[in-house]
Amino acid sequence: MSKMQKPAAFSPDDRNQPLYADRVRVYPQAVTGKVRRAKWAVLGFCLGLYYLLPWMRWDRGPGQPDQAVLVDMDKGRLFFFPIEVWPQEVYYLTGLLLLGALGIFAATSLFGRVWCGFACPQTVWTDLYMLVERWIEGDRNARMRRDAKPRWSAGDWGLKLAKHAAWILIAAATGGAWVMYFTDAPTLLRDLLHFDVSPSILGFAGLFTLSTYLLAGWAREQVCTYMCPWPRFQSAMLDDDSLAVSYRAWRGEPRGKARDTSAGDCIDCRACVNVCPTGVDIREGLQMACINCGLCIDACDGIMTKLGRPTALVAFETVGNLAAATAATAAIPPGPARCAPGMAARRPARLLRPRTWFYAAAMSVIGAVMIGAFAGRTDVGIEALRDRAPLFVRLADGSVRNSYTLKISDRRASVERLAIGVEGLPGGASWGVLNGGEPDAAGRPTIETRADGVAEARLFITTAPQGRPEEESTPIRIRLLQPGSDTERAAVGTVFLRPRS
Amino acid sequence: MSDTMHDALHAAPHRDEHTGTTTTGHEWDGIRELNTPLPRWWLYTFYACIAFAALWVVLYPALPFTGMGLLGYTARGAADADRAAQATAAEPMLARLRATSPEGILADPDLRGYAVSGGRVAFANTCAGCHGAGGQGNPGFPNLADDEWLWGGSLVAVEQTIRHGIRAPDDEETRTSMMPRFVADGLLTAPQANDVAEHVLSLTDRATDKAAAARGAAVFAENCASCHGERAEGNREMGAPRLSDQVWLYGGDKATILRTVSYGRGGAMPAWERRLDPATIRMLTVYVQSLGGTEPAAQ
Repeated sequence: MSKMQKPAAFSPDDRNQPLYADRVRVYPQAVTGKVRRAKWAVLGFCLGLYYLLPWMRWDRGPGQPDQAVLVDMDKGRLFFFPIEVWPQEVYYLTGLLLLGALGIFAATSLFGRVWCGFACPQTVWTDLYMLVERWIEGDRNARMRRDAKPRWSAGDWGLKLAKHAAWILIAAATGGAWVMYFTDAPTLLRDLLHFDVSPSILGFAGLFTLSTYLLAGWAREQVCTYMCPWPRFQSAMLDDDSLAVSYRAWRGEPRGKARDTSAGDCIDCRACVNVCPTGVDIREGLQMACINCGLCIDACDGIMTKLGRPTALVAFETVGNLAAATAATAAIPPGPARCAPGMAARRPARLLRPRTWFYAAAMSVIGAVMIGAFAGRTDVGIEALRDRAPLFVRLADGSVRNSYTLKISDRRASVERLAIGVEGLPGGASWGVLNGGEPDAAGRPTIETRADGVAEARLFITTAPQGRPEEESTPIRIRLLQPGSDTERAAVGTVFLRPRS
Repeated sequence: MSDTMHDALHAAPHRDEHTGTTTTGHEWDGIRELNTPLPRWWLYTFYACIAFAALWVVLYPALPFTGMGLLGYTARGAADADRAAQATAAEPMLARLRATSPEGILADPDLRGYAVSGGRVAFANTCAGCHGAGGQGNPGFPNLADDEWLWGGSLVAVEQTIRHGIRAPDDEETRTSMMPRFVADGLLTAPQANDVAEHVLSLTDRATDKAAAARGAAVFAENCASCHGERAEGNREMGAPRLSDQVWLYGGDKATILRTVSYGRGGAMPAWERRLDPATIRMLTVYVQSLGGTEPAAQ
């Protein structure tokens, strides 16, 4: 320990390492190409879905909401087209989350971080904000020139103001759409226009407005590089066969002028860097800040086409193929001659490999379990909660009674009177329902279900005075029956307990 | 101090070749930790948090002996406000409960559900200490889930008991009676008490001494039947339990019966009318009914 008290020797290197890093502003340039078209399509689909879904109607009959997708927090119901999910069925959500996680794992192991680059809300909204920014402020160079000015003119201020106003409008629409998933959209819109909404709705709409504006307008790539945990473990998802956006260094290096015949295909024009929304240089290889959006592919393809060189210097490529092509072209001097043998050394990406099989199998199993669970859902269900204090009651005549609270759920909008039967009791035992209705033709107690809700009833099972069950604990089945018949609608197993002596 | 730490402090920092960033000197199995600079905006969020904390200290009662904070917030006040809001929200339902008879509550599923839920909470607060969490009772404190009732098991009788209590000193309408201290006060001799205890046991076919039980029958008729009935069927006017069944409040073994005869019994229950509002008493009545013991019991 004594050594620790000595002042540490500082090296000049130490002082060069700053504690804090200033942000390097990213001014992504507009780009066109097939990846950009795909991204526009995904963006349009995702945003359209998000903004329009609350407005979709779905008729569920009288007294039920007619919104296709609705999370009703007050009633505790989730409506999704014909599906109505109750709070106790939250395991469907677990299933969906598992499917989502495995889906992202599978997509990443196949195509790199395509989720990040194409479908992540951060990317989608940032893309939309950048589009608006370009419309109002101009492309990369215009924006860079404006931001570098020591003083802004009135026109500059106007453009900036217009941009932020547009951003805030989009953010407000985003926050407004969010709360519409939790309450009837047309009613809410009318209430919003009359400033007649609850503080909680306003609070959530405001929260999502603010976070959209900050995250898509200001934070942008900082979210991906500093806030999001996904980039940190992406490396565990990628392997030698993953098609991630990559620079074919074997073909591009060494960089040089277009007319330099001894150089590779990369002319160091920096088009790939200029279009990058996170400001990285794809030529440095796989890196944490790369969100795999592929815009550099479009940028580079445009340049290569202009130069009359083969495209796909930057492409969705596997690490394995990069290594194979590098090995195959090592002996060939840099230049166009490398292209054909390098490309020939590649092999088609292996999409089917143990881990993708595993993801597919796991997703199939979870999907099958969910579909099975969903198909097995019945309109009417029964649960029995045995009283635990007391476990049993001794009655005056020496008989033993057990008490149960029955929960009878009915998903339908109508009610139905059903009979309660008990199976497995010793002879002479009888049962009754507290405050139940008229017994059915078979003398069994009946209770009425509750429309789209849970009816509760107390069931008492009593042995005959001398007819105690053999076992201390007797398994029984409580059945929900069609009145007057033996048609079982639902049943639940429980036990009947008697005193030890 | 490990060699690695020593090296980290005294040698020039290691610079990671891929990122150009120095490493912290920490190393685990050859994996080093990058000394990546924090983004400056992150630093500002720390400052913002500090400013927020300072504001919080001023607005809320954070410092001792400095009063309430500018907002005047107190946890007690917030709890009172919550309770008041809850009471306001519950009032319409409580008013309906007060205006409806227990039978009427049973006939209305909404009211009944509300009363059972509210009654369960009130029961846990005020009744469970003696009667047990599920009304299962304790020695000397009746089981409310069985079908034996000292003072009557109808909804009306149960509500009356809750309101006025048993032998409650401060309530004129309380239910009261007294089981004498037969032996202690010299009303019976010890052998007579033994005989009558044997007689009581014989009512449930458990006599150990048939002759004593036969002698006890006369003692019973003379001393006990006036309250407990000729056939020991009990008397609810007097709160005198039926002795010919399987339910025993204090215990049905001979020693306990002998002790009861010798020294008497007189359990007490508070009159809840002055401590609980009528709606709560009504909810308790309906909750006790849901335990299954009240009359008429389940069909």
